[in-house]
Amino acid sequence: MVMDMDGLRDAAAPKGAEVVVVGGGVTGLSAAWWLARSGVDVLVIDKGVVGWEASGRNGGGCSHYQSPLFLEEQRLWPQMDALLGYPTEHRPERIILAVTQGQWDQYRRIAGIIRSQGFAVDELDPAQAREAVPLAGDNAVGAIHVRTGGHANPQRTVQAYAWALQDLGGRVLQHMPALGLVLRGGRVVGVATPAGEIGCDHLVVAAGPQAEGLLLPAGIRLPLAAARAEMIVTEPLPPLRVGGTDGNGLYGRQTLRGNLAYGGGPHEWLDTEAAGPRGRPASPLLANLSRRLAELFPKAAHARVLRSWAGIVENTPDGRPVIDRPADPGNVTVCTMSGVGFGLSPASGHAVRDLVVEGRCSFAEIGKLGLDRFRDLPADWRERQGWVTPAAERAA
Amino acid sequence: MATVDPKSLHGKFPASREHVEVLVVGAGPAGTAAAIAAARLGAKVKLVDENPVSGGLAGLDVPLFFGGRAGAALGNGQRMLERVFAADPKLEEAFEAGVDLALGTTAWGLFAHGPGLQTLPGPVVGLADEGDAWLCGFDRLILATGARDLVLFFEGADQPGVMGAQALHALLGRYEAFDGREVVILGTGDLAVAAATLALDRGVAVAAMVEVRDAPEADVAPLLARGVPVLTGTVIRAAERGPFGVAAALLVGPDGAERRVPCDTVCLAVDRVPAVELLEAAGGALVADGARGGFAPRLVGPASSIAGVFVAGDAAGVAPGPAGDASAARAWGVAAARAALGYDAPAPAPAAGRDRNPYRLDWMRRLLAVGTPDVLACQCEDVTRGDVLGVRPPRYLGAPASPRALDTLLGDGPVNQDQIKRLTRACMGACQARRCREQVALLLALGAQIPVEAVPLAGYRAPVRPLPLGLLGRLDERPEMRDGWDVWFGIPTQWVPYDDIGTEREAEHLRGNMHL
Repeated sequence: MVMDMDGLRDAAAPKGAEVVVVGGGVTGLSAAWWLARSGVDVLVIDKGVVGWEASGRNGGGCSHYQSPLFLEEQRLWPQMDALLGYPTEHRPERIILAVTQGQWDQYRRIAGIIRSQGFAVDELDPAQAREAVPLAGDNAVGAIHVRTGGHANPQRTVQAYAWALQDLGGRVLQHMPALGLVLRGGRVVGVATPAGEIGCDHLVVAAGPQAEGLLLPAGIRLPLAAARAEMIVTEPLPPLRVGGTDGNGLYGRQTLRGNLAYGGGPHEWLDTEAAGPRGRPASPLLANLSRRLAELFPKAAHARVLRSWAGIVENTPDGRPVIDRPADPGNVTVCTMSGVGFGLSPASGHAVRDLVVEGRCSFAEIGKLGLDRFRDLPADWRERQGWVTPAAERAA
Repeated sequence: MATVDPKSLHGKFPASREHVEVLVVGAGPAGTAAAIAAARLGAKVKLVDENPVSGGLAGLDVPLFFGGRAGAALGNGQRMLERVFAADPKLEEAFEAGVDLALGTTAWGLFAHGPGLQTLPGPVVGLADEGDAWLCGFDRLILATGARDLVLFFEGADQPGVMGAQALHALLGRYEAFDGREVVILGTGDLAVAAATLALDRGVAVAAMVEVRDAPEADVAPLLARGVPVLTGTVIRAAERGPFGVAAALLVGPDGAERRVPCDTVCLAVDRVPAVELLEAAGGALVADGARGGFAPRLVGPASSIAGVFVAGDAAGVAPGPAGDASAARAWGVAAARAALGYDAPAPAPAAGRDRNPYRLDWMRRLLAVGTPDVLACQCEDVTRGDVLGVRPPRYLGAPASPRALDTLLGDGPVNQDQIKRLTRACMGACQARRCREQVALLLALGAQIPVEAVPLAGYRAPVRPLPLGLLGRLDERPEMRDGWDVWFGIPTQWVPYDDIGTEREAEHLRGNMHL
């Protein structure tokens, strides 16, 4: 999509809002929606179309047992269609199917972690697994049936947040990139855009990989590395009982239409450009994904692959989210979910709203997700972790 | 020495199973001429063509809009292979020139380094036949993938018997496997005249030629002389449903009166679109160019924006004139081969002609004027014109009526066909939008009152042919891919339960893969 900068200059630049959110991904939009629900005057700006990056291109899973936001995620998802007023395609439950003994050991361990938080998980033997998952084959070793969790349609959900936000009086400005922060007296007072300065009392940055560069001038260091991850989708098949069935090293779901949409496997580290990715190409990895999906569902091996796609995903050095409102400058709240943002979005938006309005998260202890943990991170952390582009790898 | 992330793609793709100096995709006039020219210049050349396609793919209107009129003979693979080879003497010439000719071989993906992809051992094309899939590396690639039929729907267009002009040409000519006897042809341009002439020559009756404009676009005098009715100022409202598909065309004339013309086939011969999916899915630059038939490659001579990739023939821009003006296409092919191998090549003439969008829009406007919002815009996903303009979620969601529609979406930003696709599912089906991409774009242009060129292309993605999981899964895989596979990024700290972070229990979580 080529941006029409002339058109933007002609557009009437809004003066500002109480809270400006940079980033119309799932996290920023949920945060804005939560703020609007609290009566806050909120404006979201995005360099392109809402949900155009990783937020609209992921597996749609909503089952994140490792997160402090897990309970809130589980509480909210069954209500989201009603709360937003637009369909998200949310469906409950997950089945994770193992086709090797190693996977089976791993998935049972996950079952234990989920059970320890008070949720029911059944363990299915191969025969039970084949009954629960008609596309499974003779290679099924076992499955765990997670009675909580679920999945939803990322593209539809992102748009639902945006529309629900507008319905509450919030504003969304697409094709309006944040070119920089406007600082006065040690505080952030606005965002520079091609249409001029947009003022704010409080700034929320949920700008994905671009957040790091945007925040630096405000003295906030948010270390991030971005990579490309890929998915495939098949033609529709008859519906499984639990659409959220995956396993065999894949994540994904059967859509309500019946398509199998799955991803997984190796990623490619990229350098982040301020204006966003210049391309999101698929690679031959689509064939490796096809192979594993046919192993997971032998009875779907005939299903035709219609598309593959890629998303650019940011990660923090430890892969954990940052949800923080640093003391300095004090009126900036930062959120990245480090590659695991879609499913947790109902809860992450709530947490950001709480930080902006109340200064603390009201429903969960999230202290370990602060920026403080990166205080002593060496400057060359990406190289040390090998999170560098292939060109940099070759050069090394 | 920097660490290499063991979970990254680094070093995980194998070298391609085969490698050629010049790979040519598409054995039409341009591709065959390119392959022969390159071989005679001493290059090792492979020429692939997906024809004859399998019955399954033909049923999905791959590569052309067969509309259910491909005869059972198409299912006889060996016979069709012989027919395809025999139908074009140039193929034998290519064979004799030393070209490695692979018919029945589909090119489903082009992968080359560019922004966002740097891990390949080299540029490759994904190939597949009935039983196998593999990657073919190349030094130079010539895309001669031809053109697709422009598909415009009306009531009943989703039944057997509604097909494209190129598909009719292929079934009557190359395959001798056309299942129809009486055809109504939509359009009166060169494409339509060629379709009508071929039909008559092969003993198929032409019940009428239909033209929305007040005069024929091309010289129809020879057809009039052969007794073909040419109906100007006329549009099709519906194809009447019969037990074997189309039973009649219901036409609306300039006076608004409807007339029924019995036929078993309605042939869309309004226009053609360059087949650019391999190039675009690989990140190659396109430009909206109505004179070249829509989104066409950005070219310098025959060179595309991707290094080492060249385009020839209709894929470079649909030439005016009858489908496959062979001499011009051959000249393109030779020029592309010479340029690919570093020889001086006279720059091929771009497909000069008038902007086709006004003609396409005339058709779309008349079809909209006589049809209802319930006419399908996307057959695979059962999305109507009204669903597209209302930006409605699919009916199976049972969602409450929404105040959102194209006009409210336009308040948020310029029209974007990929966004409409995500919300309505139009263009998301098994035909990979070969039947709907252009007509949805025309609909959006009219709905948003903007030029067609202002509707961004609904992007193509690999695989550009719908191939089975099990077939694509046959690609070679290195042990490094198997051993380094992780469901997500393989960052163990990412999956430590929150309460265990910073406790003695953390260490036990840091072993093995985790799962979302």
